[in-house]
Amino acid sequence: MQASARPLVSFNLATSGTGAAHREGSTSVPMRMTISNLNFFYGPKQTLFNISMGIAANKVTALIGPSGCGKSTLLRTLNRMHETVRGTRLEGEILLDGQNIFSQDVTLLRRRVGMVFQRPNPFPKSIFENVAYGARINGIKGSLADIVETSLRRAALWDEVKDHLHKSAYELSGGQQQRLCIARALAVDPEVLLLDEPCSALDPVSTAKIEELLVQLKESCTIVIVTHNMQQAARVSDFTAFLLVGELIEFRPTPHLFTTPGDPRTEAYITGRFG
Amino acid sequence: MNARLRWRKFVSGFMLTMTGLCALVAVFILFFILGYLVFHGGKDINWAFFTKLPKPVGETGGGMANAIVGSAKLLLLASLIGVPIGFFGGMYLAEFSGSQVAFLVRYAADLLNGVPSIVIGIFAYAMLVLPFKHFSTFAGSFALCIMMIPITLRSTEEFLLGVPRELREGAMALGASKWRTIQSIVVPAAYRGIITAILLALARVAGETAPLLFTAFGNRFWSPGWNQPTASLPVVIFTYAVSPYEDWHRQAWAAGLVLLGLILVVNIVARVILSRGVRVPRS
Repeated sequence: MQASARPLVSFNLATSGTGAAHREGSTSVPMRMTISNLNFFYGPKQTLFNISMGIAANKVTALIGPSGCGKSTLLRTLNRMHETVRGTRLEGEILLDGQNIFSQDVTLLRRRVGMVFQRPNPFPKSIFENVAYGARINGIKGSLADIVETSLRRAALWDEVKDHLHKSAYELSGGQQQRLCIARALAVDPEVLLLDEPCSALDPVSTAKIEELLVQLKESCTIVIVTHNMQQAARVSDFTAFLLVGELIEFRPTPHLFTTPGDPRTEAYITGRFG
Repeated sequence: MNARLRWRKFVSGFMLTMTGLCALVAVFILFFILGYLVFHGGKDINWAFFTKLPKPVGETGGGMANAIVGSAKLLLLASLIGVPIGFFGGMYLAEFSGSQVAFLVRYAADLLNGVPSIVIGIFAYAMLVLPFKHFSTFAGSFALCIMMIPITLRSTEEFLLGVPRELREGAMALGASKWRTIQSIVVPAAYRGIITAILLALARVAGETAPLLFTAFGNRFWSPGWNQPTASLPVVIFTYAVSPYEDWHRQAWAAGLVLLGLILVVNIVARVILSRGVRVPRS
């Protein structure tokens, strides 16, 4: 691959591979995950180029960029979801709490790094069974009813569904289904929650509910969200990474990135000149 | 109105009539067969038909209890062997195999599905009749089972592939292993379709005569166990229909009606299963 210019960072979020929390700099932020020199190939085609960045603990990190820039691909490497697609290859290192995610058992990793998808994908089961699924398959001890209630409350869905937990999940609205999927992911108590354009199939009211929810959730969980909606990134995230054709162009605290973008391409994108 | 427009209107009207008529003929044939069977066989269906053995030639009355039970046994054994093989084979194609292996197996299954049933009968004859020197329920079931495998395999594959990728990913993102995902999410999402397909496969082989002619053969009496020749509805229909006896002809019509009735019931049950319950989005 061609050597690309180092991405612009306002402080040390783009890490160089130790995975430890960053001490230097005036704003030191503990890292939950660290991505170092990540290259990603789909067949012969390289789709991510030398990405290095950190995911700050208990913060919301947004990945933005035009379609095809690799933001979803990058997200899916964080819980090794890319491995479900044949013909993908990855170079580089990703650490979760200082440990390489590729040397861990993938099912244990995915329990720690949960994921919510672009389109709500409830299982063809009852609301209760959807939320209980993760606890069941992971053999989590404790009362399933408690886990389900806690998770639905965390996803701000409990009041709407508590009287018909045994109805099919398909009877919920799209926005409710997406919050159900968030509850389902939260039920196994993940440290990191990945969201892949979670609101792109939802109406504005449901979107607002989910955004509000994310801000609450970051107290207990680290969040990475892919969005093609820059306003959404500006509203919910603490840090924003801008990607363009597989390269990390700029990664900074969200207010800085949106008010004083350091790269002309970032500025062009966030002011709507392309994308 | 110019000539060109008139011509186009005529062609349009002509085609509409033609296609409508053809559709009507297709429906009419089914109802004609049903009506004909009821007309000829209806009056011979009585309690004895379902409970009695055939009477010797020359005596009127008697029934086909042994053929009904024989058909049931043949189909039961064929399903017990064929359905699991087809089901797990289809699962392998849909979930585990590489695309090249899948292509080969799929192609082979389609070819097997196209093998004439009489050839399958000969094959079963060579495999399970000649070495043991006698006809048996087991040999008949083996022939029917060979016919069920490719149908079950291909429809299982199709219905499993129809389960959206999002559902699989949803389960795997929660830490479910591949097998766990298949067993707890993918199969439950597809099972209605798969059961329907299996029932339709069953209905399809229930009427097969050729594979049974020289495997299960036929029997005027009860066939105990699985190792004796057995009567079956299709073979009895065949034997009775070509016989010179008026009484047997009427019984053949009645047996045809019973067989068609059973197949219709299975078909309707299959449709009901497919239409009921939670609709899973198909990818």
